Amino acid sequence: MGDVGVRGASAIVGVADDASPTGQLEIGGRALEAAMIEQALSDAGLTIADVDGVCHTGSSMGLAEYLGVHPRFTESTNTGGSSFEVHVEHAAAAIAAGMADVVVSVYASTPRGDRARGGGMGGPGRRPMMMGGPNPQAEWEIPSGIRMPMGAYAMAATRHMAEYGTTPEQLAQIAVSTRQWATMNPKARYQDPITIDDVLASPMQSSPLHLLDCCLVTDGAGAFVMTSAERAKSLPKPPAYVLGVGTCHDHAMISQMPDLATTAGTISGPAAFGMAGIKPSDVDLLMGYDSFTITALLHLEDLGFCKKGEGGPFSEDGKLGPGGSLPMNTNGGGLSYTHPGMYGMFLLVEAVKQLRGECGERQLSDPNIAVAHGSGGVLSCMSTVVLGTEATLS
Amino acid sequence: MTTTERPGRFDPPSSPVSEPFWEATKQRRLLVQWCLDCDKAVFYPREICPGCFGANLEWREASGKGTLYTFTVNHLSPSPTGTDGPFAIALVELAEGARMMTNVVGVPVDDLTVGMALQVTWDELPDGRHYPIFEPAGGSA
Repeated sequence: MGDVGVRGASAIVGVADDASPTGQLEIGGRALEAAMIEQALSDAGLTIADVDGVCHTGSSMGLAEYLGVHPRFTESTNTGGSSFEVHVEHAAAAIAAGMADVVVSVYASTPRGDRARGGGMGGPGRRPMMMGGPNPQAEWEIPSGIRMPMGAYAMAATRHMAEYGTTPEQLAQIAVSTRQWATMNPKARYQDPITIDDVLASPMQSSPLHLLDCCLVTDGAGAFVMTSAERAKSLPKPPAYVLGVGTCHDHAMISQMPDLATTAGTISGPAAFGMAGIKPSDVDLLMGYDSFTITALLHLEDLGFCKKGEGGPFSEDGKLGPGGSLPMNTNGGGLSYTHPGMYGMFLLVEAVKQLRGECGERQLSDPNIAVAHGSGGVLSCMSTVVLGTEATLS
Repeated sequence: MTTTERPGRFDPPSSPVSEPFWEATKQRRLLVQWCLDCDKAVFYPREICPGCFGANLEWREASGKGTLYTFTVNHLSPSPTGTDGPFAIALVELAEGARMMTNVVGVPVDDLTVGMALQVTWDELPDGRHYPIFEPAGGSA
């Protein structure tokens, strides 16, 4: 199975995202989605009249109806946090096949704002996280008293520590490096530097994960616009070409994960890198979904940045932070920037902005290849997108 | 040192395919499905085998022995009954090969170790069923 012409055939040409140091946004729902789409289209130099493809994790029909768009490409895949990487993958294939021209994907989630407004999904009480459809989780997991989703990631961390000797300090370093990046993002929820001791002294949530090993719960929203490489050339901003895509899920419930120390990123990553024709050492920026410190550590191994089991030693010298050899999550990540629930949109937005050189104080020096690697469910669905500047097209 | 307790729990619902499992728990018997074609345990209960897509499944009694595959300890209790814990939530690999999410009880928190030998014990549910949990092989410390 080879590349059927997806590499370099499409590009992300418009992006937008929003979050606040307060953790809360003023508006929510469709109004916020429409605002993000408007910003992303404006960033792309396009209008809503150009859109013939719509992606949404809830209902692409509902969104399109609200927008007044009658799309010929429609996409409602929901794989949790990696949904937006999957949207890129599907849109890239559709655009390459001539089945769509301008595709927009949007996300808005405002758990804090909803609570403040006294409605929405953020009401009081504990809602166990449930998978869609028939629900074996209620029968086979929830009665154990597991705290979801953090208990699932905690179990992965325990297993990784037992198998490979990974330490709490090594996991904590990932939170520390990520926070260093967040000090340079004025929209980040937390912008003060932290130390390994701070992470280890923060309250234990679900062992071995401390509070500062866990992502935030904040309002946030974003959107991206994709079109063909050919049309992208005529647009005002430098395109971020889609060089490679790959997806795999190997379970829905954590108790069904084949190996809790290895994710399906071992499939999605090489697929995307292979299509792009790159090696891990070619990557200038890794946007690796960091719902928890262990999540990011697993990506480093499973995408091949280091050997299996060596993610701890690999991270502990701070190479993931500013000035390091593998910049990771330069927006401050889900750990320090924002995490409204399905964070994958923000991986893509930051990757595009870095490739364009729009990231201000935290801007990397002339990056050409950025990887957005989404993780959805409970380490369930991995989806990898390789993006590159024009220089990478040949 | 604190020892892991039994959490208060949401009563597990029962589905038609899993009814034999829950019925057997009334007699404190642990059953797992067995695929006769793959000669492997299937868990959670299904109408088809996820290994071969076949339906040649039967229920077998499990030994109740297992090992601790991984675990987490809840330090902030979300227990609906307000019990304090600590609670060990675990994935236990049965000797028969199935892996289930459950609790490990009667172990000092610092003694929980991946790979430790466990045996099934039972937590009574209000409707006469029992919920399978695990303790160290040979009984609680």
